[in-house]
Amino acid sequence: MAHTPELSPSQPSGSLHRMTAPALQPTETGTGTRQTQLLARMLLTPAVALLFIWMIVPLALTIYFSLLRYNLLDSESAQFVGFENFRYFLTDPAFLASLQNTLVLVGSVLGLTILLGIPLALLLDQPVIGRNIVRLMVIAPFFVMPTVSALIWKNLLMHPVSGLFAWIAKLFGAPPIDWFNDIPLFAIILIVSWQWLPFATLILLTALQSLDEEQKEAAEMDGAGALSTFIYITLPHLARPITVVILIETIFLLTVFAEIFVTTGGGPGLQTTNIAFLIYSQALIQYDVGGASAGGLVAVVIANIVAFFLVRIVGRNLEA
Amino acid sequence: MGQITLQNVQKSFGPVHIIKGADLDISDGSFVVFVGPSGCGKTTLLRLIAGLEDVSGGNILIDGKNVVDVPPAKRGLSMVFQSYALYPHMSVRGNIAFGLKMAGLPKAEISRKVEAAAATLNLTPYLDRKPRELSGGQRQRVAIGRAIVREPKAFLFDEPLSNLDAALRVQMRLEVTRLQKQLGTTAIYVTHDQVEAMTMADKIVVLNGGKIEQYGTPLELYEKPANLFVAGFIGSPKMNFISGEVAGRHDAATIGVRPEHLKIARDGEGWPGNIMVAEHLGSDTFLYVDAGAIGPLTARHVGELDLSAGDRVLLSPDPGRLHRFDETGKSLRA
Repeated sequence: MAHTPELSPSQPSGSLHRMTAPALQPTETGTGTRQTQLLARMLLTPAVALLFIWMIVPLALTIYFSLLRYNLLDSESAQFVGFENFRYFLTDPAFLASLQNTLVLVGSVLGLTILLGIPLALLLDQPVIGRNIVRLMVIAPFFVMPTVSALIWKNLLMHPVSGLFAWIAKLFGAPPIDWFNDIPLFAIILIVSWQWLPFATLILLTALQSLDEEQKEAAEMDGAGALSTFIYITLPHLARPITVVILIETIFLLTVFAEIFVTTGGGPGLQTTNIAFLIYSQALIQYDVGGASAGGLVAVVIANIVAFFLVRIVGRNLEA
Repeated sequence: MGQITLQNVQKSFGPVHIIKGADLDISDGSFVVFVGPSGCGKTTLLRLIAGLEDVSGGNILIDGKNVVDVPPAKRGLSMVFQSYALYPHMSVRGNIAFGLKMAGLPKAEISRKVEAAAATLNLTPYLDRKPRELSGGQRQRVAIGRAIVREPKAFLFDEPLSNLDAALRVQMRLEVTRLQKQLGTTAIYVTHDQVEAMTMADKIVVLNGGKIEQYGTPLELYEKPANLFVAGFIGSPKMNFISGEVAGRHDAATIGVRPEHLKIARDGEGWPGNIMVAEHLGSDTFLYVDAGAIGPLTARHVGELDLSAGDRVLLSPDPGRLHRFDETGKSLRA
């Protein structure tokens, strides 16, 4: 915000910039500053070194294993095979299927959480009795462990015989849906969306609360109704938090695993296998450490490609 | 046309009465300033007129029509907010055009009106910029542009200059006054700054504790304050109040003398006192005098006076400019 004087404290623009302002950026003048610089570096070194080791050792080992034929059933005969593992992983038909599943899963959950999160945040922004308790309850799913929530969904809600949904279906005389056999990917999408909806709602809610009240009043004076105010004032204000939600959720949704492991085990067939699950099955079902390592590195590249496009598409919303 | 009448307007938030019955008649084309200390209800009263708050009782008439149940946009008023409340993601053009767009005007007409408003306010070069790329004064003008483009019956200003620095404030003060005279539109302006009130207003409403203390032209308020509060609030430095025996000699509970109506002399008649602080501004000299039993007095002399702290002076009030108040603080007229 250095280029524009911020005259009105209630204008929310640039809050993110202020957060990321380089407070630690060293200045070049004075001996005292040089001393503090040196001190800062010395104090930071252990933490940085530890983090670096933490990152580089697994990465180096993964790269190493990815170049070996290394099967746990036959670990004696590990040998160097070059890029054979990569060729095998990338040409495996399961790879394309799971890549598609990954993208569908990420995209659908993003869409659902944002499309439902916005109205939910708008509702929670209203002054209602017991608002704090309602907010707490809305946030609660986020604190449930993925494994636990997947088990609850599988056994209590989506079970075709004893589940709540089956009971409701029977109440209306309809045949119960066998979620994990008939529409397995959609079932997974529902579970994961349920877990991530609170996150989106929470971020959007805090953004709504920072929307300048006078701006809404100005729109009211200008004759904007509720819908126009939402389209022209609220939604543009939410552009940045929506971007934040998309970027953060994508990071975690690319690696969804527990929900799949607990409910469908990647099946039926490959219908719910995503990249993370494929790597798991490569390593711990087929005991192919080399192939799984190659898959892991491919997953890193895919994550970077997704991130690149995401930042290109929505990242400009972050520039204030 | 823009005649606004308030009839016993009341507002309470729960048990707290913010506005305790306001009656007011604002004639078409006049510039009325609501002034008062913080929390006196001046902004609330403005928001009641705007329709951003619902009245708890009483009527608000615009051009003779009761509007208490009319939504803000339909009242034909436009408002300039303290924070300007510009839409940050819209260009200046978009900001000014928004109200017209909502009213469903044809594009060509919107464009013509926006250009005209921008030209009036010297905003034409900035039409395609975003609010954050503008200076404080420019943002202020965009906010005003958004108000004038709708050709309202009246403008409502909510402390619009309080975010500007002192020099810019004086300049914008002149610009707003000039623009209002040029357009001939009724304006209601809220401020806590009595200098703004005195310089801009055709008529001033002094509010205190949710009540209208006095409604009159700036000079009426200065020369004939209705009570102690108005007398103390209007005028800078503040009026001197003297009670006790000295006031009794004038058949009043309290007498008031403005600092500029105290004659300063080294000898002769008057209240004796010692100068505590002397402020020399060149154009004026302010003396803060400890006048013993009478109390501390402030005196103003136009021009330079060769006096300094510790000097002994005699102060005598201009008898024709003496204000007298009874026990309840109400003004007594001879």
